Amino acid sequence: MAAWKGRARGGDKAAAPTVTDTSAPATSSMLDVRDLRIHFPTDDGLVKAVDGVSFTLDRGKTLGIVGESGSGKSVTSLGIMGLHHGTNAKISGKIWLDGEELVAASAGRVRQLRGSKMAMIFQDPLSSLHPYYTVGYQIAEAYLIHNKVSKKAAKEHAVDLLNRVGIPNPQTRVDDYPHQFSGGMRQRAMIAMALSCDPELLIADEPTTALDVTVQAQILDLMADLQQEFGSAVIIITHDLGVVAELADDILVMYAGRTAEYGTSEDIFDRPAHPYAWGLLGSMPRLDRARLDRLIPIPGTPPSLINVPSGCPFHPRCAYAALTNGRSVNEIPQLRAVGPGHEAACHLSTDEQRRIWGEQAARMQLSPAARHFDQEDA
Amino acid sequence: MTAPLSQPGATEATSSDALLTVTGLTKHFPVTRGIIFRHRVGLVRSVDDVSFEVTRGETLGIVGESGCGKTTTARMLTRLIEPTAGQILFDGRDITHLRAGAMRPLRREIQMIFQDPYSSLNPRHTVGAIVGAPYRLQKVKTEKGTKQSVQEMLELVGLSPEHYNRYPHEFSGGQRQRIGIARTLALRPKLIVADEPVSALDVSIQAQVVNLLADLQSELGLTYVIIAHDLSVIRHVANRVAVMYLGNLVELAGRNDLYERPRHPYTVALLSAVPLPEPAKRTADGGRERRERVRLVGDVPSPLNPPPACRFHTRCWKAQEVCRTVPPPLEELAPGHHVACHFPENTPAA
Repeated sequence: MAAWKGRARGGDKAAAPTVTDTSAPATSSMLDVRDLRIHFPTDDGLVKAVDGVSFTLDRGKTLGIVGESGSGKSVTSLGIMGLHHGTNAKISGKIWLDGEELVAASAGRVRQLRGSKMAMIFQDPLSSLHPYYTVGYQIAEAYLIHNKVSKKAAKEHAVDLLNRVGIPNPQTRVDDYPHQFSGGMRQRAMIAMALSCDPELLIADEPTTALDVTVQAQILDLMADLQQEFGSAVIIITHDLGVVAELADDILVMYAGRTAEYGTSEDIFDRPAHPYAWGLLGSMPRLDRARLDRLIPIPGTPPSLINVPSGCPFHPRCAYAALTNGRSVNEIPQLRAVGPGHEAACHLSTDEQRRIWGEQAARMQLSPAARHFDQEDA
Repeated sequence: MTAPLSQPGATEATSSDALLTVTGLTKHFPVTRGIIFRHRVGLVRSVDDVSFEVTRGETLGIVGESGCGKTTTARMLTRLIEPTAGQILFDGRDITHLRAGAMRPLRREIQMIFQDPYSSLNPRHTVGAIVGAPYRLQKVKTEKGTKQSVQEMLELVGLSPEHYNRYPHEFSGGQRQRIGIARTLALRPKLIVADEPVSALDVSIQAQVVNLLADLQSELGLTYVIIAHDLSVIRHVANRVAVMYLGNLVELAGRNDLYERPRHPYTVALLSAVPLPEPAKRTADGGRERRERVRLVGDVPSPLNPPPACRFHTRCWKAQEVCRTVPPPLEELAPGHHVACHFPENTPAA
């Protein structure tokens, strides 16, 4: 491990002029994202894919970003990685990575950080691996670029990484091509690639969605093990609430490009405050609870990001919008503390939220007594 | 509010109630090499000797990982793929090797819901043409005319009759899946085979479609075979569940039996691998406790060269010599609970 501790950043001279932002990050967190907005002008209008998202993340911690398709979770992660450069995206807000601001940083500087200080695991390992190069070469590539090492050392490093992510016979598999790997092994190789420079921030975008459930369990275990060992900060993006519950310390629930709710995993699962979070929990059939006769879905469909509904973007689908005296139609709800470290963007008062969630939880039979398999009709 | 998917007694039905009886169903795909001298170099044993029954009005769920043969099974049931061996009895009639022409009248009674609502609708046809196609193809004249029947179908699945002249691209994924369901229901089939009907949908939409399928079943008295890889969805929709592994049926049981007392080690592993939407307990140092789970090592072996005897023995923690030499028969270990394993688990697995 010590072999790749010395990260060469390609010189500090590039860093000095780009850090033009003098305002310091609000916290000393490893990653501090403030009011991030990523808009795409299109022929049909401005797509506000991300519209004012803020969060912080400490070393060794995991943030889960959940939301439906089109909620802006992947665009957020690509924004942090600086992968919207060269597109027509309009990005504003601040992203501090270890005290360094990234939104205003030059493309060259972000490129130095990408792969070395921050790395990403993509969803589909088959389309994210190049079919023409060996797995070993692709893992060693970033290590060669960011460090002054020989090709031989880089290959040894790739073997070492393959071994660590649990690929049998890494000495021979390092020369295999992606098509010779199974789906689970490809995702392991992707993880090895992301870890090649010992990144401090690791972003995993739907890392297990393409995998079968037994392989998914292996990969989730692996990610938890590696995080403990490497101590990196991890952002995991997923639509699967089971996966975030497994890994995340904090959870950010996104809806239509905005933060709906932000808190610890316990906050989101045990005392969610936003009607959208209630809807997600009610929509989900669960193996760990009594089987319900009916799921409680959210009516309607997610909004188009060009025509985001006025006021609270969730109000057309919200069963409780009527309780806000029209505020949810006219006024965009701001994130408001509903508990220590727990925020929700909802016009309902905290008391109303507690009362309604109590009723919802009863309907979903979330009381501890119901936490068994179908006892009632067994 | 009805509870159509949990009629008590559905599992105890007698065989005379069986709408569909499948015996020894097998599909082997040859792997060939060469262009002029085409020769067989291997055999993918997608489905091997699968037998089950589907009772009228019930829902049979088939679960398994990719490559276990669940989709191939579905396609054989709807006769989209020709079985290599075995027999399919539908409503007492052998349909295993019916020709396309003889099969056509039966297509009214067996219909399919597809996984991907994007590729299963023709983008150049209007919703009216898509949902009306079954009437046209089957030359069915409805009392009120095709257009009105189509509009009724659209209303039945929760769409507006005004959507008649729109095109699929104007709809979201969930709405498209509803269009597909309307087309499936147009001829009032008896049996619907749904291959991953909700896996392409977002979780809130998924719940809408699951509830819709349940409502339609109670309203129209449908029988479903639902195929999915998501164990929690199957637990919600199915009365009985069949678990497949590498082309074999390894366990078949009533829903409650299967989820409370899984007997096949593979089912146990599958159930314990599902991440539960409940944060793990915190340890003293602020970390998370790991959930106890059965960890399977490695991947599913290739069906081109499946392991001999019990196909699960390469990943099974209970495997003994007998598992490598003698294929375990599918035995009824408890009423309605069939398991193919030499060393079944009996204790309920948490």
